[in-house]
Amino acid sequence: MDLTNERLVEMYIAMNKIRTFENRVAELFADGKIPGFVHLYVGEEAVATGVCANLTDKDYITSTHRGHGHLIAKGGDIKLMMAELFGKKTGYCKGKGGSMHIADLDLGIMGANGIVGGGPPLAAGAALACQYLDSKSVAVCFFGDGASNQGTTHEAMNLATCWKLPVVFINENNMYGISSCTINSMCVPNVADRAAAYDMPGVVVDGNDVVAVCEAAGEGIDRARQGRGPSLIECKTYRHRGHFEGDPCAYRDDSELEEWKEKDPIPRLEQKLKEMGVLTDEKIQEIKDKLQNDLAEAEKFAEESPFPDVSELLEDVYS
Amino acid sequence: MPNMTFAQALNDAHKIEMSRDPNIYVAGEDVGVYGGIFGVTAGLLDQFGEKRVKDTPITESAIVGTAVGAATVGLRPVVELMFVDFIGVALDQLYNQAAKMKYMFGGKARIPMVLRAACGAGIGAAAQHSQCLEALFMHIPGLKVVMPSTPSDAKGLLIQAIRDDNPVVFLEHKMLYALEGDVPEGDYTIPFGQADVKREGTDVTVVATANMVHTALSAAEKLAGDGISVEVVDPRTLYPLDEEGIINSVKKTHRLVIVHEEVKFAGSGAEIAAMVAEKAFDYLDAPILRVAAPFCPVPFSHPLEQAYIPSEGQVIEAVKKVMA
Repeated sequence: MDLTNERLVEMYIAMNKIRTFENRVAELFADGKIPGFVHLYVGEEAVATGVCANLTDKDYITSTHRGHGHLIAKGGDIKLMMAELFGKKTGYCKGKGGSMHIADLDLGIMGANGIVGGGPPLAAGAALACQYLDSKSVAVCFFGDGASNQGTTHEAMNLATCWKLPVVFINENNMYGISSCTINSMCVPNVADRAAAYDMPGVVVDGNDVVAVCEAAGEGIDRARQGRGPSLIECKTYRHRGHFEGDPCAYRDDSELEEWKEKDPIPRLEQKLKEMGVLTDEKIQEIKDKLQNDLAEAEKFAEESPFPDVSELLEDVYS
Repeated sequence: MPNMTFAQALNDAHKIEMSRDPNIYVAGEDVGVYGGIFGVTAGLLDQFGEKRVKDTPITESAIVGTAVGAATVGLRPVVELMFVDFIGVALDQLYNQAAKMKYMFGGKARIPMVLRAACGAGIGAAAQHSQCLEALFMHIPGLKVVMPSTPSDAKGLLIQAIRDDNPVVFLEHKMLYALEGDVPEGDYTIPFGQADVKREGTDVTVVATANMVHTALSAAEKLAGDGISVEVVDPRTLYPLDEEGIINSVKKTHRLVIVHEEVKFAGSGAEIAAMVAEKAFDYLDAPILRVAAPFCPVPFSHPLEQAYIPSEGQVIEAVKKVMA
């Protein structure tokens, strides 16, 4: 795949957009502005960005509890996201969902998901609808290393292969399910090794290399779009922050984090684009300023928006 | 009006709806070639083809979960769980995903799907193929719960369920599949939340569901011989529950007995009793009684299974007690 400079810059912007959003969310959580559970995507930006670069609004994704990056990469509106994180009426879910349940069906975002392994059957179902309606759309299922051990993931992969569904399973292997390291939770070195059980392609990719992710996902997505069935792409990555905000991370060494920070996907792409002469320090600053401005606007929107009225409590339970 | 079995009436509902709406598909274990383990989906594969009638592996989470995903993005799945007891391995997809999605997403999702399942004791299928679990589903906001007792109700309620834009759990008592009755031809619906008075009476209201409607009706017939006039009310849907219909009957009879096959403790009857106690206590002339299964798994051995299932004799006894 030959990625144009323009697309590389778009991916650079998308990754930075996720990073600035997440870093600000961490601060707002610490300040007590955002309640509940917040799971940040810092360090994993290349996965969502590289995958979603291959999708249109007519394609579907299912996300996870660590979903902000997927939403932004799929085109989600950070104003509506931030308002939702604040629990405001103007948020994506009118304040009823919060961080773990943001969805935008118009953009094909079928929701973040608070249940580890909740998404794979839903993605297979969306893919079934794409196949049934012959829409040429595909579904992408983001799931973590933790979810890879859930029965629902096996069921979804097996059925997807039996029915040749247009779905791509994107495993984000950040090595930890809360505190449980994959060394103790899996008996094979790679989640992608399990693809053999379903006779689908299983690919391991450097999840901190957005170009590599984009190319590998592109192949799986093209395959799905052509009606050749599902594939499994494992993106090896790492979360810089804890499982959730407030996690002291006593289960992993600081040295491990430092090693992974060396492989941070954003400076890697930045360096590459500078070497290619595509980005200059000036242009980078311009991009970052714009993102900070947009983020400040989103935050202002969230701050100034009203909370839902208590009278809305019983709305939207049924259609 | 043609006479058909409960299973044939359900089959008829499938055919009518699938002919009307090309976005309805049927999936489940053995629903295609086999025609459904109880014959409900017989002939659908021949009529509608493999694309719309899907035999699945034994994979309940994926059967339910793909239905939820497909419903969210535009299809109208009708999936079969075979036995309701199997919901244990698929429950997350129903209660955390299907039931909550609309609310969690601020009202934007629409999940038009039907999950059909056989329930109930009586054929010696033992503990993991015989339970009634309607209260479990009633406890989950976002779901609708349907439990028909006659062939004509089964057809009209299933058509209604398929057209509903919410996840609907459609519970079919397996002892009813062979029950025959008159069923209107063609397309008709029975609105949810509308109880049906299966027998009018003036002395005692018996609210009964599914197979227990018939137990209550035969008890009522015997009690009529003793001069006791029993009104048998079938809620037909447990969520939404026709509170007004039940209360109106209690206002007339001033006595209430609730009969269901699921266990008495925290069963659907507990909700109905509490509702009547809260909203119509002043109309009651006697304590509310419940006739229901004891708090144990469904046993295999015939005499034990028969002892488990609420009997006509127990209903008669309860009615006489509230009349005393």
